[in-house]
Amino acid sequence: MKKILTTPIKEEDISSLKIGDVIYLTGTLVTARDSGHKRRVVDGVIPSTSLEGGAVFHAGPITKKDGDKWEIVAIGPTTSMRMEKYESDFIKETGVKLIIGKGGMGEKTTSACKEYKAVHAVFPGGSAVVGASQVEEVVEVEWLDLGMPEAFYTLKVKEFGPLIISIDIDGHNLFENNKIAFIDNKNKALISLKNNL
Amino acid sequence: MTNYTKEQEKFISSVERALDICAKQLPDDVVNRLKEMREKEDSPSALAFYDSYFTNLKKAVELNRPICQDTGVVNFYLKIGTRFPLIDDVEELLTEAVRRATSSAPLRHNAVETFIEKNTGTNLGTKVPYFEYELISNSDKLELTIYLAGGGSSLPGRATVMVPSAGYGAIAEFVMDTMVNYGINACPPLVVGVGVGPCVASSARLAKKATLRILGSHNPIEKVAEMEKLLFTALNDVGIGPQGLGGKESVMAVHVENMARHPSSFGVAVAFGCWAHRRMNLSFDGSLTPICHTHKGVEL
Repeated sequence: MKKILTTPIKEEDISSLKIGDVIYLTGTLVTARDSGHKRRVVDGVIPSTSLEGGAVFHAGPITKKDGDKWEIVAIGPTTSMRMEKYESDFIKETGVKLIIGKGGMGEKTTSACKEYKAVHAVFPGGSAVVGASQVEEVVEVEWLDLGMPEAFYTLKVKEFGPLIISIDIDGHNLFENNKIAFIDNKNKALISLKNNL
Repeated sequence: MTNYTKEQEKFISSVERALDICAKQLPDDVVNRLKEMREKEDSPSALAFYDSYFTNLKKAVELNRPICQDTGVVNFYLKIGTRFPLIDDVEELLTEAVRRATSSAPLRHNAVETFIEKNTGTNLGTKVPYFEYELISNSDKLELTIYLAGGGSSLPGRATVMVPSAGYGAIAEFVMDTMVNYGINACPPLVVGVGVGPCVASSARLAKKATLRILGSHNPIEKVAEMEKLLFTALNDVGIGPQGLGGKESVMAVHVENMARHPSSFGVAVAFGCWAHRRMNLSFDGSLTPICHTHKGVEL
């Protein structure tokens, strides 16, 4: 059974999600990366799509415009950690419930997820055609002055994923846990390698 | 626009098509290795990601789109016969193929002029595409390797020079530390290339070249092949899995290339390829007939 979240997302929809869970998203998804986050939380510019109960994707898509109609050619995640500086304010100010990207995020975002009840999830990197084919419609495009990858796209998506929960609302952080485990595994593997040299 | 001869046009078109396919289909050895790795996984998250990778590969062909939105900086590695008919203009012809493939494939614009900090919007820039040459005496053939070097897998590359007393254990440690500290966001499982030589530049060139070998091939020198096997086992034991989610394996392959060093320096470099390792080997004979060696069923 696929676990599907639908926007607007309520706290009870995500309260039982644990790190490592596989979910999908149906509804509205907006894109924002470096410049988009800065514009929202530093410059205080508010886009027309409300993010209350919404979902944001750290992504810079390849798009094309045919007449008035926008199409997503390819869309995949970019490294979430670059947004660490802004994400806690972004969560606090927008009421966003689901943040999607690549790799883990830091302590500030983890605390904000716990305090404001939001989760972070990862979409598989290098799966840009899968991503594009799960976008049903480009509803709106704003902030085009930031360039094609950095613009603020409002997308209608269906069963967008797989998304793996990497920060849950209890403040567990999958990539932080993994990092500790990887370093430990590496140290052991290295001792064994050196013994075999 | 330059007027090209019929022969030159034929060559440009073959390479343009090779670039197009390279962005949209993985080589057979990479696909086979990914399938093997998927079979070993049992966690729902790792399986979900592998399945997404395979769905993506299928859809990329069906919809004729690049596998990943980052189609990389184009790298050309040439083993070129000194009597190859187009040797005088080969660099210009390959550059023209990149220019054409950028709009026909399409490929993302990935050439940012340094210091000016401006994207050229053509995928061409100063010394880009990137070229490396080896000459083959008394031959009229060209063996060409195309590699699309994405940003994610280029980021974690590292090189250093140590004192010889550091020893081979220090090389292994450098490779493993680099992988664990920087490799997670490079879209693992990764191809790991290691270069060992006298300085950063020579080691780095070898490391990059090592990533381009057919996966799982071994260095012909027994001691080097032994290091490849040890690193392969050790890195897989870290358990990074697809995209750093954790899993049974971390790397698709570890290849080590080596050369003689200076008595007092010991250089090591490590370069990475992401799971979507977009590399193609092709060759042209003296009559410029192209053959693709890495993608079954592909006609150029």
